[in-house]
Amino acid sequence: MAGRMVDISKRWGFHGVDALKNASPGYKMIMGLFALLALAGAAVGLHGLLVGYHHVYGVTRQVSWGLLISAYIFCVVTSTGLCIVSSIGHVFGGEAFMPIAKRAVYMSIMFMFGGFCIIFFDIENPFRMAIWNVLSPNFVSNMWWMGTLYGAYLVFMIIEYYFLLEQNHSLSRLMGFLGLVVGIAAHSNLGAVFGMLHGRPFWYGPYLPIYFIFSAAMSGGCAILFFTTLGWKINPEIMNQRMERAVKAVTQITIFLISVIIFFTIWKIITGMVSEGKHLVIMSFLSGDYSINFWVFEIFLGMFLPLFLLIRSRGNNFNLIMWATGLMMIGIFFMRYDIVIPGQMESVYHSLGVVEEANLLTYTPSFHEIMASLFGIGVIALAYFVGEKMLNGHQLEKHEIVPEGGYICPGCGAIHFMEEGETEEDAMKRHHRIW
Amino acid sequence: MKFPKINFDTLKNEGTKSVTAQERRNFLKLGLTVAGVYAGGKILSLTSVIGTAHASGVGFVEKYPYNPHYSMVIRQTLCIDCEKCVDACKVTNNIPDYGYRTRILTKKYTGKLDKQVEFIPVLCNHCNSAPCVRACPTKATYKDPVTGIVRMESKKCIGCKTCMLACPYDARYFSAERRAVDKCDFCWEERLSQGEKLTACAAACPTGARTFGNLTDPENIVYKLVHQLEEQVWVLRPADDTKPNIFYMKGNMRSVDNILNEQRFKYFDPDKI
Ligand code: SF4
Ligand code: SF4
Ligand code: SF4
Repeated sequence: MAGRMVDISKRWGFHGVDALKNASPGYKMIMGLFALLALAGAAVGLHGLLVGYHHVYGVTRQVSWGLLISAYIFCVVTSTGLCIVSSIGHVFGGEAFMPIAKRAVYMSIMFMFGGFCIIFFDIENPFRMAIWNVLSPNFVSNMWWMGTLYGAYLVFMIIEYYFLLEQNHSLSRLMGFLGLVVGIAAHSNLGAVFGMLHGRPFWYGPYLPIYFIFSAAMSGGCAILFFTTLGWKINPEIMNQRMERAVKAVTQITIFLISVIIFFTIWKIITGMVSEGKHLVIMSFLSGDYSINFWVFEIFLGMFLPLFLLIRSRGNNFNLIMWATGLMMIGIFFMRYDIVIPGQMESVYHSLGVVEEANLLTYTPSFHEIMASLFGIGVIALAYFVGEKMLNGHQLEKHEIVPEGGYICPGCGAIHFMEEGETEEDAMKRHHRIW
Repeated sequence: MKFPKINFDTLKNEGTKSVTAQERRNFLKLGLTVAGVYAGGKILSLTSVIGTAHASGVGFVEKYPYNPHYSMVIRQTLCIDCEKCVDACKVTNNIPDYGYRTRILTKKYTGKLDKQVEFIPVLCNHCNSAPCVRACPTKATYKDPVTGIVRMESKKCIGCKTCMLACPYDARYFSAERRAVDKCDFCWEERLSQGEKLTACAAACPTGARTFGNLTDPENIVYKLVHQLEEQVWVLRPADDTKPNIFYMKGNMRSVDNILNEQRFKYFDPDKI
């Protein structure tokens, strides 16, 4: 694009800070609320850091991963899922999925960032991590791979997003592909962090790495639907025929993925019931301490209600889709919590039949843990609402913002620029060449 | 002379229960152990025990991987839950009051006729294939290549707590004072590296329930206890296959006396409490 000056703000669909200033008072209040939440969360988290987490957190020696790890997993699962589902379009060329890419990649980056905000308050020495992960890497540690790969994933996604804004389809596609590969590797490694702990029968085995990938895709579909339909509420103009088609396609794939996860869950329960190491935990899901989490949140809110509502919506009742996926996000949060906490409930000495460990261990999140998790959630929500305004609903094809020299590509709906003396067709070929 | 024809491949192992103690002892003297009984007790299957060692109480290894290979044998029935070991550990290693490196578990047996209580001291097993070492992202916890002690390099610990979940023996806790995970190091820092021979807990134990020593030295008490064949020796959670170095036995005094012959060791001494 040599020799041509184009106002970047226009080219990127960037509406600037003015867009925030012009927002309605109600919108400003929502943003302010989430900003406050993030600030309060950060303040409480820092207080915990200062006085020492073991005074203020509910985690113990035996239940050492609590709400913060669950919230972190919720964030990174959603991030990976957004990347997976959006890649169907802009990496693998599934035309129907293309219009969701910009918002999905943006939110994917924000969810990853929010996840890092949360884990910052869980790791006791986060600053040491930066040094010793590099100087003293342990290549057989899943935790090391998870951290390293997620770091690389975030970098790829940011570069990809830059090229998406730049309308450089070949490079954004290449980066999207690398991001997807690294993201899936990172994410299955996160599953393996749990799946490779011998002493924890509830987690041990190949189930979790595989489940995590499918579950991520489901969360990704859900998140795209939720944020797109919410974006439509904020600015109805973002809907057009292509976007409607995209929402329909994502709805279909989300329905399919929910069914897959139902299938996973059924077999987890059935096999767990006949396994000595898992029996107690499974029973606490079915009828014990975790039965409300399991039946109400995980099964009803997380799977059956959205499945029913999404099928009823036929992919074009956006209000219904928004409610279905909004409630589903809450259900999914409990799904993550129900992986992390119950896996630690049975003490390693329980099977020895000793008096001290006869009962299942318990865990209740403390105020500090809840606030530190809300820090990350607040950051993500704030980023979403700011993004919708400043990035103009992540639109690519709004006529008013097509700058000089640009045109709307009939193939992908994005704005392309013609070089000197180029025809539209040549420009399209250049933008869409396969690397 | 006619020999009976026996097809060994199709014979069923009838277990070793029917072999009398006398028979077994005879074979032990020859350096053989009974591995199975076939054909209605007519055939004993024997394996040599010379030159092999009960590495983890589960499998056999040819040679111990460390020297000195530090190990502890806990004679469970001798433990009286006085917790002197726990206190000695706390004082020696500056353990904060919210943490512990070793603890005593209580097991109650309720039979038809009587009740019985048994105490089980537990601590880090210094596993030969240690899950905590594999799980740590920064090698902050590592297996000492000489002694086999699983130690911490505190400055590298990022506090992710993965090792605490990876450990199947609940041997780790996060120490705010050290800003790192803390665990038993067989008193390496505070005692062994300064020339002491015993860990604080073993030295403090009034009954001899905890015996500590070098598993590669045939003269050492732990070697003798692990390698005797009269009493069963086991490890906790063998299915996790961590190859632990804490061995357990019942340790009733008469048989232990037989095993150790003239080796002196502490019995319960009322004056010492
Ligand atoms: S007992 Fe636990 S802490 Fe000790 S070496 Fe084994 S896994 Fe590591
Ligand atoms: S808490 Fe420390 S020692 Fe344990 S795995 Fe993490 S970095 Fe390693
Ligand atoms: S000091 Fe010995 S007898 Fe007392 S609790 Fe400890 S192991 Fe048992």
